[in-house]
Amino acid sequence: MDLQLNWRAMWGRAYPRIIGVQREPSWILFDIFLPLLGIAAFIFFYRAMGAPEIYTGFVVLGGAMTAFWINVLWSMAAQFYWEKETGNLQLYLIAPMSRMSVLAGMAIGGMFLTGVRALSTFILGFLLFDVELEVTNPAALLAVFVVTLIALYGMGMLFSSLYLLYGRGAWHLSNILQEPIYLVSGFYFPVKAMGFWVALGASIIPITLGLDAMRQLMFDGEQIMPFLTWQVELVILMVLAVGFVLAARYALHYMEYLGKREGRLTLRWQ
Amino acid sequence: MPFAIESNQLVRTFGGAKGKKPLVALDHVDLRVEEGELFGLLGPNGAGKTTLIKILATLLLPTSGTVKVLGHDVEKEVQAIRPRINMVSGGETSGYGLLTVRENLWMFSQFYGMPSEEAKRTINEMLELFGIADKADSKVRTISTGQRQKMNVIRGFVTDPDLIFLDEPTLGLDVNASMNIRSFIRKWVKGQEGKTVLLTTHYMQEADHLCDRLAIIDQGKILACDTPLRLKRMVAKDSTFTITTSPCASIGEICSLPGVKGFNAKGDGSKEEVRFILEDEAVISDIISLITNKNAKVISLNKTEATLEDVFIQLVGRGLD
Repeated sequence: MDLQLNWRAMWGRAYPRIIGVQREPSWILFDIFLPLLGIAAFIFFYRAMGAPEIYTGFVVLGGAMTAFWINVLWSMAAQFYWEKETGNLQLYLIAPMSRMSVLAGMAIGGMFLTGVRALSTFILGFLLFDVELEVTNPAALLAVFVVTLIALYGMGMLFSSLYLLYGRGAWHLSNILQEPIYLVSGFYFPVKAMGFWVALGASIIPITLGLDAMRQLMFDGEQIMPFLTWQVELVILMVLAVGFVLAARYALHYMEYLGKREGRLTLRWQ
Repeated sequence: MPFAIESNQLVRTFGGAKGKKPLVALDHVDLRVEEGELFGLLGPNGAGKTTLIKILATLLLPTSGTVKVLGHDVEKEVQAIRPRINMVSGGETSGYGLLTVRENLWMFSQFYGMPSEEAKRTINEMLELFGIADKADSKVRTISTGQRQKMNVIRGFVTDPDLIFLDEPTLGLDVNASMNIRSFIRKWVKGQEGKTVLLTTHYMQEADHLCDRLAIIDQGKILACDTPLRLKRMVAKDSTFTITTSPCASIGEICSLPGVKGFNAKGDGSKEEVRFILEDEAVISDIISLITNKNAKVISLNKTEATLEDVFIQLVGRGLD
């Protein structure tokens, strides 16, 4: 593999997303203030119910991590659909770089905006709703966060292979995954509350275990209800990260082959 | 001389599942394009031109047959082919509207691993050459169709490929923009060793003026392949007439007259223009008689030199339009 070529290709593809942040300032409204409204609804609901105060922290954390989940679904996995529509995809495919470097470029380019959204949701939520944090092991928290993101974006790369072949047909996948995952992955409450088997099934989505481990490392109290210990969850997340990245590499190669065989890599008029 | 493109008995079909008859897009195509050639593919919509380009550009697999591009198999050796090719299509909307022309071109150059400074320098030179340097810092969504197509052409050439596929590169452009692009293509391929262009076009004149050799393709088959001059000589022994008449209902009848080898009719409701290829000039009197007998008027009659359109009409049995 030509590392220099793929490095340049990755930054080349990251560039439109990085520069887009400067050129379309409307993202400040859509990515900072609107998400706050979503988490505020959950917090007021919990408070009206008299739920333990720690749940406010769960909601803020879940709201922050939502940014990454949406980014993976729509700006990563589904991006190949848009690229096919505009005619970019065929130009990516005839170029010599690895498809993984294009996807990595999308991820890195999108990371800034997503990171700002997540961080701003977290900080503003923390300040506005008086969230109490007890971070005892920041290194472990950072490790869980980073490994969760690698696994999550690896999964996004895997999904993107479906868009490579099926285009709009795969659109429903992102729709199906977006809302239900908020429930089964426990974005706003401990996933264990859904029962062991649901939590186990939802653990294939890296954000499930990532959130559960981060809750253990950021808050204190018996209401945390850990599904597994954070150490076990970190190990599983590492396995998922490696597994998804390797699976994505294989799937992209295979789907490209199928697309070339069936003539589905480009639109008919292109 | 080595071949830049070599296909043997290339077949590409689409569909055919559940007992349906497959659509044959390419039907046993044998094609040899030498390195350094500016080679044209001429054919109507649906002839198989774009399918052929997609196979050569490693976007589509052949159903059967073998294809080599720059000496490498398109199925098994794509990594040896991709760094050395590029592709530009007419009416392309690639790139990102919020990026400037310069930024878009730079981004695509990075997919070929070009060093950033070298890419920027080449992009600046080519923007000057194509007369759109003043648009270099304009966002792509704000520039005109012609400027955008010039940008697309620059994108294809900026990576300095050994073989470039140009699929209707001047589609929908005004005369000046088309001339500018044609002139660049000609200079690029003839000014350097080992550069090859495969061009598809609807425009007969473009094919005639630009291409060293041409293949005429229809319904997935190559009907003829030679230099434009030799192709035109194929029909030179026949006579070509263009007749403009008032609306005439008997065009079909005329074309079935003995001695009429082919025709292409265009009408706008107020008049009809029919181009005939005749085996014998004497047949023209029969045609005029038939038209006047049908109460239509002959507005003009011209005998013309054979063109590629005549070659096309003779081979395909109809015009390109």
